[in-house]
Amino acid sequence: MSAIQVEHISKNFAHAKALDDISFNVSKGELFGFIGPDGAGKTTLFRILTTLLLPDTGKALVNGLDVVKDYRKIRQDIGYMPGKFSLYSDLSVEENLNFYATVFGTTVSENYDLIRDIYAQIEPFKKRKAGKLSGGMKQKLALSCALIHKPSVLILDEPTTGVDAVSRLEFWDMLKRLKNSGITILVATPYMDEAGLCDQVALIQDGKLMTISSPSEVIKTYPWKLYSVKSDDIFRMLNDLRMFPGIHSVFAFGQAAHISFKNEGIEENAIHRYLENKGHTGILVSPAVANIEDCFMELMIK
Amino acid sequence: MKRFLGFVIKEFYHIFRDYRTLLILFLLPAIQLLLFGYVITNEIKDARIAILDQSKDEVTRRISEKVLSSGYFILDKNLSSSSEIEQVFRKGNVQLVLVFAPDFAKNLDKTGNARVQIIGDASDPNTANILVNYIQGILSNYLVSLNAEKIPMQITPEVRMMYNGQMKGVYMFVPGLMAMLLMLISALMTSLSITREKELGTMELLLVSPLKPFQIIIGKVFPYVFLAFIDACIIIIIGNTVFGVPVVGNVALLLFESFLYICMALSLGILISTITSSQQIAMMLSLVALMLPTILLSGFIFPVENMPVALQWFCRLMPPKYFITIIKSIMLKGNGFSYIVFETAIMAGFTAFFILLSIKKFKVRLA
Repeated sequence: MSAIQVEHISKNFAHAKALDDISFNVSKGELFGFIGPDGAGKTTLFRILTTLLLPDTGKALVNGLDVVKDYRKIRQDIGYMPGKFSLYSDLSVEENLNFYATVFGTTVSENYDLIRDIYAQIEPFKKRKAGKLSGGMKQKLALSCALIHKPSVLILDEPTTGVDAVSRLEFWDMLKRLKNSGITILVATPYMDEAGLCDQVALIQDGKLMTISSPSEVIKTYPWKLYSVKSDDIFRMLNDLRMFPGIHSVFAFGQAAHISFKNEGIEENAIHRYLENKGHTGILVSPAVANIEDCFMELMIK
Repeated sequence: MKRFLGFVIKEFYHIFRDYRTLLILFLLPAIQLLLFGYVITNEIKDARIAILDQSKDEVTRRISEKVLSSGYFILDKNLSSSSEIEQVFRKGNVQLVLVFAPDFAKNLDKTGNARVQIIGDASDPNTANILVNYIQGILSNYLVSLNAEKIPMQITPEVRMMYNGQMKGVYMFVPGLMAMLLMLISALMTSLSITREKELGTMELLLVSPLKPFQIIIGKVFPYVFLAFIDACIIIIIGNTVFGVPVVGNVALLLFESFLYICMALSLGILISTITSSQQIAMMLSLVALMLPTILLSGFIFPVENMPVALQWFCRLMPPKYFITIIKSIMLKGNGFSYIVFETAIMAGFTAFFILLSIKKFKVRLA
């Protein structure tokens, strides 16, 4: 049995179509990522799965329970972390955790094992008001609160948005450990680099699912020849490359640009010469292997 | 039950950590009561008047003395001609002018008919009315004393004002303030505390939790029942000790009715919060839709009997009206429960109606 089963879900709001015929399955114990820009429909989908919104059409099951009919039972089974920080900022770290434990009919000590790794990092600040925590610590507290009742499915809406790079990595490490303990995790993120850390990824844009597969399979589908290009003036180089005859796509990746061609015949030398003629210095062109971000960018231009 | 308790404890944390809430809860009732009790009063003392005595005889002097020694009036100025009357009114330092016609004593003696003119400043009609009545009373008293021997028959009215012998305004304000403040604290505070959770997004988590809607609602309301009840006691105690407003009737009955009213106001607050999603709208609704009618249409300040018939019917839909009737009845008249069954039943009816409506309107989902 799948942990989450979604069949042909659509949802319209007064002014916009939020979800358009979405179907997917999440197996038990899987770390499933939803990647998509803001406004793609991730939050709406998660709210339907957490029984907070009703779908217009279609059917969704969590642990085999219907999100419309069995919403009460589902609410016992899931841990949910909304996109917005939703803890009480006038309560201390400890009080927040105790409150959520009590509300779910359990105690902190009963399920402490599950949150130990995460909570241990913020425990030194347990007397501090939640509103006074840093972004990363807030996320850890929110995750602890979402986990305290030992849910079988964890639904995290953009847990790493607004969190520094180090905390983000730590956070994903925690998710992996939770996954290994058997919890099914559904996570949404706008950061494509986080996609590679999931078992399965779904790319969502304008309420439609563009693709669902494992990160390694996504990479295999990349159809074009890809180069990584560097020069001293990266901004001007990006503009010049966009004018290159026969170019398909140009994206900046940190200090380099990834460019692709539909025409197989174009070689590194040709690019080098083109940039030299435009007056660039420090040019470095090398063939590149598509990573998951290249693949998503490719899917999104379609 | 443990879940519910955890929820209530959390609510108390919210209240006690927000000093503004605390100020509203405990300082506001005391300040309001003192303000209303001391400042806003319709008793008149030391009104300034001017006298134009065109006769200057024994009788007019005696009347003037009586007027000025009554304690209600202070002589601002003796006028010498009628042209000055307009002037002193315009300056605004005089509220009433008393004019004795020439040959006052002579006319009174000869024809039995002397003329005195009372001119009031009706830019404040209520005060003018009261002042004119005072003067008329003094004049007729004087007349009676003059004629004591001459007229064989006379009717001597003996007026006694029941339940508020000294006609103290504060007797009226204490019940009115109780209705107003309990409404403010109960309805406004609960509607704000529920919409705050909606705004902050914490309602999302509460909804996803296994808490049932009525647990969330009762948990939100419970602390305020308790706090509003303390406020009711504060008002009664200040009214009694500072202003001498008695509690003639049964204190337990008074507290029970206050409790019922608090529940009614709280259920109204819940209703407001279930149909609004922001604190600002909830605040506007509570203030405009609850406070104004409580002040204006409950008979607190303006008597309902003097309103147009259509508005009178509308007033009957105002729950505070019944509460004010009830507390006046218990505090001032010392009536027992049998006298206020009707009002109590109406308040209970309102409460049940609002609660049922809010439970029906409470959303177990976000939209």
